[in-house]
Amino acid sequence: MNISSNRRTRDKIITCLTYAAMFVVLLLPFALFIGLAFKSELLFRDHSLGQLLFSSSWRPSAGEFGFKPFIVGSLYVTLLAMIISAPICLLSAIHITQYAPARVSKVVTTAIDILAGIPSVVYGVWGMMFVVPIVSRYAAPLFGVQTTGFSILSGGVVLSIMVVPFILNILIEIYRTIPKELTEAALSLGATRWEAVRSILNRKALPGILAAVGFGFARAFGETMAVLMVVGNAIRIPESLFDQGYPLPALIANSYSELASVPEVESALMFAALILFVVVLLFNATLRWFIIKTEKY
Amino acid sequence: MELDAMNEKRTLVKQREKSARTGGKLAEEVFCRTLMNIASILIVGVMGVILVSIFYKGISTFSWNMLAEDMGSGFYLNRGGGIRNAILGSVYLSVSATLLALVIGLACSVCMNVYMVRCPRLLHTARFLLDLIWGVPSIIYGAFGFSLMVFFGLKTSLLAGIITVTLFILPIMIRAIDEVMKTVPHGLSESVLAMGSTRSELSYKVYLRQCFPGIVTAVLLAFGRAIGDAASVLYVTGESARSPRGLMDNVTTLPVAIYNQINSPSAAIQDKAYASAFILTLVILIISLLSRYISKRYQKYRIY
Amino acid sequence: MENQSIIKVDHLDLYAGKTHILKDINIEIPKNKLTVILGPSGCGKTTLLKCMNRLTDLTPDIKVTGNIFIGKQPVFGAKTDIVALRRKMGLLSQRPFPLPMNIYNNIAYGLKLRGKYSRTELNDLVEHYLRQVNLWEEVKDRLRSPAVRLSIGQQQRLCLARGLAVNPEIILADEPTSALDPVSSEAIEKQFAALAKDYTLVMVTHVLRQARRIADYVVFMYLGEVIEMRPAREFFEDPREEQTKKYLAGAFN
Repeated sequence: MNISSNRRTRDKIITCLTYAAMFVVLLLPFALFIGLAFKSELLFRDHSLGQLLFSSSWRPSAGEFGFKPFIVGSLYVTLLAMIISAPICLLSAIHITQYAPARVSKVVTTAIDILAGIPSVVYGVWGMMFVVPIVSRYAAPLFGVQTTGFSILSGGVVLSIMVVPFILNILIEIYRTIPKELTEAALSLGATRWEAVRSILNRKALPGILAAVGFGFARAFGETMAVLMVVGNAIRIPESLFDQGYPLPALIANSYSELASVPEVESALMFAALILFVVVLLFNATLRWFIIKTEKY
Repeated sequence: MELDAMNEKRTLVKQREKSARTGGKLAEEVFCRTLMNIASILIVGVMGVILVSIFYKGISTFSWNMLAEDMGSGFYLNRGGGIRNAILGSVYLSVSATLLALVIGLACSVCMNVYMVRCPRLLHTARFLLDLIWGVPSIIYGAFGFSLMVFFGLKTSLLAGIITVTLFILPIMIRAIDEVMKTVPHGLSESVLAMGSTRSELSYKVYLRQCFPGIVTAVLLAFGRAIGDAASVLYVTGESARSPRGLMDNVTTLPVAIYNQINSPSAAIQDKAYASAFILTLVILIISLLSRYISKRYQKYRIY
Repeated sequence: MENQSIIKVDHLDLYAGKTHILKDINIEIPKNKLTVILGPSGCGKTTLLKCMNRLTDLTPDIKVTGNIFIGKQPVFGAKTDIVALRRKMGLLSQRPFPLPMNIYNNIAYGLKLRGKYSRTELNDLVEHYLRQVNLWEEVKDRLRSPAVRLSIGQQQRLCLARGLAVNPEIILADEPTSALDPVSSEAIEKQFAALAKDYTLVMVTHVLRQARRIADYVVFMYLGEVIEMRPAREFFEDPREEQTKKYLAGAFN
């Protein structure tokens, strides 16, 4: 078989180009880490890591950078979002894949496709005109609290809606890939449909469910605009759902106008991004590893 | 002897079965199924509420003038003006970023599926790394883009925005295309290679064509992300009240404009945020419908 | 004794969407015999088998007319207690699908679904049924390890044991040896031959030789219809229908 030298050179060139592109892309995570770490180095000249992470005093003008309020704010909002959305997603995933007729499943999957497409800013706008007033007018008075409605609760609610498509899509995929024969086996042992779902399918899906919730957490943790718009952004450690909070991504997005002026503030924001990056990456890496591990059984 | 043992076991099971009660289990099932229905209804309902409220508020505040005029210098002082510059800015930014990401993304996916398949370990590592950056939030790309910009001595500009957004949508694009290319059966590529094609010919003869509908969907998905994201460009595009004229111009994108408008103290400008949000949502919905339609329609152009 | 039937398929038609998959099936399956449903792939054998314990419920868009009777109980019917009925029928699928739990619980699961057992009773039962499929010696030291770690042949025997444990009268098997190596296949075949004394076995296969080896009765299906049903010896030595002769001669495969 004779390949003309022309074709062979072209093949070589294209091969090299694609490898080059691949190489550059794979460098991206390292570049992100190094870039952010490099930029936050300035902050470490005067502060220790423990100080930065666990101090709650944030006064850039006085050179005090305690990230605790932001980290805690992020955790609260994200946890609240997961507590709301995880059970809903799980129930709906079982419903769609096991019980619902095809038409109903189609309606729900279309709905989550639409939800997935709506931009973060639009969720923010909606949150401001819908969720925030409800929290301030109806939810807070119920507990005898007065608030503008911009609160951890509003942030959590908006965020929970935003992660639903993300988690639900993973869960649906998980339930769909469980072989039908497993249900058949359970049924022929005399299980009802529900018993088969509860003790066989859910058990089989359990690692996947955990992973899906974990991915959802990582996703929600880094969500910026929508949360920023409804969470109030007061620098303090929130004590109740109706308190205002200030999550990490909001800090980064909000202070960008100050960036150019004070180098130490810029460095602090890059450090905030670094924290976010490391948390998200650790989550994702652990979960991937967990999935690979459990897939073997 | 053995037969006795067997009969004994069978009788035991039969007896126990007779005395078993099943009442409580049915109630549990009914309860859980009700919860499931509620969960699904809730999801569809919330989607409906969001769309209806955005559309309702948006249509009532929308005027065609908004599309025809730039913001102009007095926009946030309530001296009128539209959002044409923001729309154009978003379109320029996301179209260029999507094209750029498509070129790089195609190269990468082809690389993984045509060349790297020969060493599975490397391929696994590559996919693992891609999965990792796939989940990185856009605000981090924003921060990274900013430091990159400073590093290279660039000023805030459309170009810096394009680069940042390209980085942000690249993992999304590659993963989506890779997902489709993975499904090309090995037999197909083997037979093409056996006919004497080089691997690069294989990639554009078979993979690109076979995966065309998937690539289109990936492009639309990435475009939707690019046009809707604010956090990544907040740092790097600067702000501008007029339509962008070149790569080095500052631009305001639509999502950022919405964010600025809704945070304005003036109710009139907030109204414009509602209208802008409506426009953005409409665009996104059209893209998602289009991607469904196209992926269905082009299904028939596949080789088999 | 010879003619006592336990499963009676009565004018069964099945449509999936608009496709007519089973066409007017009428057969009676004799008790405590091994009946093989034979036919080329895609002829509806597996579908017929799954109708018998109504696993067709799991597939949307299926329409069934006619009925199947297990003893005197109809399978398709609003009043049927399908769960109780399914329990009378063990199922063995093409590939083994052990439940996602340990070996012990794979057997115990079905028992615990209906009825309470003491720990010693359960231990006894698990051991008994594992012995019955000749798996006990191989797994007795690792009853608590996940069932998926067994070899595929062992898994299939485990699946058989778990089916036997809930005390069925009938065992439905859908090409139970098609995924197995020759040695494991032979073990399953031997099991089947032994079980036919106490259980009614219905086995789907497309392997002629296998049918010839173990069948008491043969149902031959082609394109959704039952062509003939006869005792195995008569079927192989003196086929009546034209299509059967062709099939036996290896004409369509």
